[in-house]
Amino acid sequence: MASDDKPHAERFPFGIVGAGLGVVTRQLPPDEPPPLAPNADLAVIGRPVPRQNGRAKVTGATRFTVDISLPGMLHGRILRSPLAHAEIHGIDVTAAARHPGTRAVLVVARPDELTGATLRYVGAPVAAVAAVSMVAAAEALRLIRVDYQSLPFVADMDEARNATAPPVFDAASAPAGYASGFPARLNLPLDGNVRGPATDGRGDTAEGFAEADLVVEGEYRTQVQTHCCLEPHAIVADWRADGLTVYMSTQFTAGVRHELAEAFGLPLDRVRVIVDGMGGGFGSKSTLGSYGRIAVALSRQAQAPVRLVLDRQEEQMDSGNRPATWQRLRIGAKRDGSLTAISLVSYGTAGVALGAGVGNVAQALYACPNFAAAQYDVFTNASPGCAMRAPGNAPGAFGLEQAIDELAERLQLDPLTLRDHIDPSPVRREERRIGAERIGWRRRHAPGADPGPIKRGMGVAQSLWGANVQTNSACEVRVMRDGSVEVLSSVQDIGTGIGTVLAQTVAEVLGLHSEAITVRIGDTEFPAGPPSYGSRTTASITPPARAAAWRVLRPLFREAALALNAAAEDMAVRDGRILVRGDSGRSIDFRDAAARLRTDRISAVASRSDDYGGFRWRMADAAQARQDLGGVQFAAVAVDTETGVIRVERVVAVQDCGRPMNPLLIESQVQGGVLMGLSYALFEERILDRHTGRMVNPNLEQYKLAGACDTPAIDVVVLENYQANSATDAYGIAEPANIATAPAIANAVYNAIGLRLRALPMTPAAVLAALGKFPARS
Amino acid sequence: MSAAPRTIRFTLNGRTVAAEVAPQESLVTMLRDRFALYGARESCGQGLCGCCTVLVDGRAVSSCLALAALVDGRAVTTIEHLDADGTLDPVQQAFIEAGAFQCGFCTPGFVLMTRQLLEQHPDPGDDDIRHYLAGNLCRCGAYPEIVQAVKLAAAKRRGAAG
Repeated sequence: MASDDKPHAERFPFGIVGAGLGVVTRQLPPDEPPPLAPNADLAVIGRPVPRQNGRAKVTGATRFTVDISLPGMLHGRILRSPLAHAEIHGIDVTAAARHPGTRAVLVVARPDELTGATLRYVGAPVAAVAAVSMVAAAEALRLIRVDYQSLPFVADMDEARNATAPPVFDAASAPAGYASGFPARLNLPLDGNVRGPATDGRGDTAEGFAEADLVVEGEYRTQVQTHCCLEPHAIVADWRADGLTVYMSTQFTAGVRHELAEAFGLPLDRVRVIVDGMGGGFGSKSTLGSYGRIAVALSRQAQAPVRLVLDRQEEQMDSGNRPATWQRLRIGAKRDGSLTAISLVSYGTAGVALGAGVGNVAQALYACPNFAAAQYDVFTNASPGCAMRAPGNAPGAFGLEQAIDELAERLQLDPLTLRDHIDPSPVRREERRIGAERIGWRRRHAPGADPGPIKRGMGVAQSLWGANVQTNSACEVRVMRDGSVEVLSSVQDIGTGIGTVLAQTVAEVLGLHSEAITVRIGDTEFPAGPPSYGSRTTASITPPARAAAWRVLRPLFREAALALNAAAEDMAVRDGRILVRGDSGRSIDFRDAAARLRTDRISAVASRSDDYGGFRWRMADAAQARQDLGGVQFAAVAVDTETGVIRVERVVAVQDCGRPMNPLLIESQVQGGVLMGLSYALFEERILDRHTGRMVNPNLEQYKLAGACDTPAIDVVVLENYQANSATDAYGIAEPANIATAPAIANAVYNAIGLRLRALPMTPAAVLAALGKFPARS
Repeated sequence: MSAAPRTIRFTLNGRTVAAEVAPQESLVTMLRDRFALYGARESCGQGLCGCCTVLVDGRAVSSCLALAALVDGRAVTTIEHLDADGTLDPVQQAFIEAGAFQCGFCTPGFVLMTRQLLEQHPDPGDDDIRHYLAGNLCRCGAYPEIVQAVKLAAAKRRGAAG
């Protein structure tokens, strides 16, 4: 196997199965496993393997962070600002500290002698205590005296854009850089509460609009959505003299370890982050967060473990959210549908944070020579937004895909025909073809054609998402002398089943069943794994898992070759045996080969190689593949024009994630993405009282989530799309599945009633207002 | 109600137990803090999401709203009891086979409600299932698989009974 030490050319499967699967030759970097065959020729990868940890989940045995209980553990609780904008002139914690149950008190918003501490939203952390019980912690909090001076505030985005609006920040205090989960543009001007524009462009839009035969223009609005993880944000911090151990419900153990080391001045090897069961994140558990920092500081002060779990009201008020957006789109086109210009202006608010843009769908989804975007962030006195499942592109697609639908109608083209003309992606072309057939697109009627009060309609929308990769991703595979196998990484399973996928990957290489592989993940004691955000987990960690398994197999092949009197390079695996390629009569059981090892355990660690075809870009640990992840969704709805209720009857979701590693898990994630998109489209909305800045629905009662009764029939089709880029050629699915749903429903509603709803959520009141049966919301 | 703790006796997963509880203590808190039973979990805190479901005298109850003191003399069954003999309940088996969860935080509540549903309606249709489970939330959105799992469990139970 000496040739593996140098880069060499290999032939890889390339293209979409069923729509032109071919072969491409690529340089394979040294020490990478050979090309992997298409799924049809594999034993374990690509099979619908049930989750390995299923039994623990149905019996209640899974330990989520909220279930961690350590000896001597204290309970932390945070005092939060009751005011939307205030300065603290004094804070007295003496009585709280004297409460018999109190073990630590922390002032979070520390008043400076000159300026005081400024609080900019209702729910901002002010102080915190750790006490012997939850009850004692709550009692101690009530003893803290804070001298607040209330300041003028603005909670509404439109009001905040006025020149006379109270400023949320000044130039010195405004956040300039990183928005949780994704980078914000640096050095943009701040005018009042409006920061920007962040611009993008190509060509000349003035020329493009002049060339256009037709221009459509529209304004679209999306609301604030909250993540509503059923497991609240939770941490148990255990500060000890010899190091810090943190149990945390997190999407990124390795990242939290880095944040803790930096925040508390500890070397990385003294910080350990552990998560077993993880009850949902959707972007909101990407970082350490203020509550995480508070828990660790309390533990350090108390010299005891501290458990801090947000309650539902805190979850809704201050655990991140998807920012609200407003966008104006103009699209110019020729009679044949060719686009001549797109212009986009957007304003969004992530409260006191940045990152409220509408993404890159308008820029990148369709071929158009002239494009100009100006996107602005508007600061408001509201809790900080953060990444939420397909940040930017989910609200962005709600606008763009309705505008394209409108354009198709004005051009008297079928929406699919127009897209066939302007969408260069071969992936989405195939997805449109499959989806149209599944939903019965030919039966689609003219807008508003149903005669009765219940009107049905069909709509389609498309998505675009980057194929993200974390290059700082590693995995270890161990083989014991008894033939047992372990795969280890700090990567966490947030419900997607990545542990099961790792077992499949390793089992495929070693010729074993996936149940034979022990998965040990969610602990920074293991090699650093990728985050579970940005739809990058599978793309980042399955290639090193396959590479590590392949490397650890080589000593076993040497032992097997000795035993079988054959050459190591002629060895292969099948059904738990190592055999001589082309002579399956000569074989040895995997365990017998392992028994011949010189030591009790052998191991290999591999990290994520660059994509074989090169990346589109790479910044620090993050990179993006050259291809995008396309998706097309179709929705069929019934609109009751007397009650205004929209019922989604059916969704067909056709998605791409490269090589599908486990169809069972992928379909489940796609359904979840569709349901979260449906819930965004019809129900969810954070409502702030503009007179107090308080959230008026900080619960799961007035903040409505889609439930079992709202669930339509969902058909999921996943393409098998090979791009010859890594040892598994697998990419992500979570976010792509969440982008097209809301605009597909909106387009279906238009097809049903002949009226366009340009704001989310599409409530019964909004439908009745559009029908002229109910006054519109001001 | 006096603020003093009181001692209650009740049956927990088939065993008689006693606990000294504060008057404001919720059932879910008692189960977790005093009996290390973590399968019922508080999430919404308002009895709306079903994550904290347990059975009291055989009836499904949101244990975040039930006071611990009120189970005095009653029988409480938690998710941990379903496989006490080492064998999964057919509902649990069906949830695994149908892949009816992602993160699993809501799963114990869904399993317990499904058992109650199947005791009342051994052969429910899709709409019966959806309406019966309307008080259980799954943010990962596994409802399609959950409905499948319920039907699978119903078939398993009928098979076992026949």
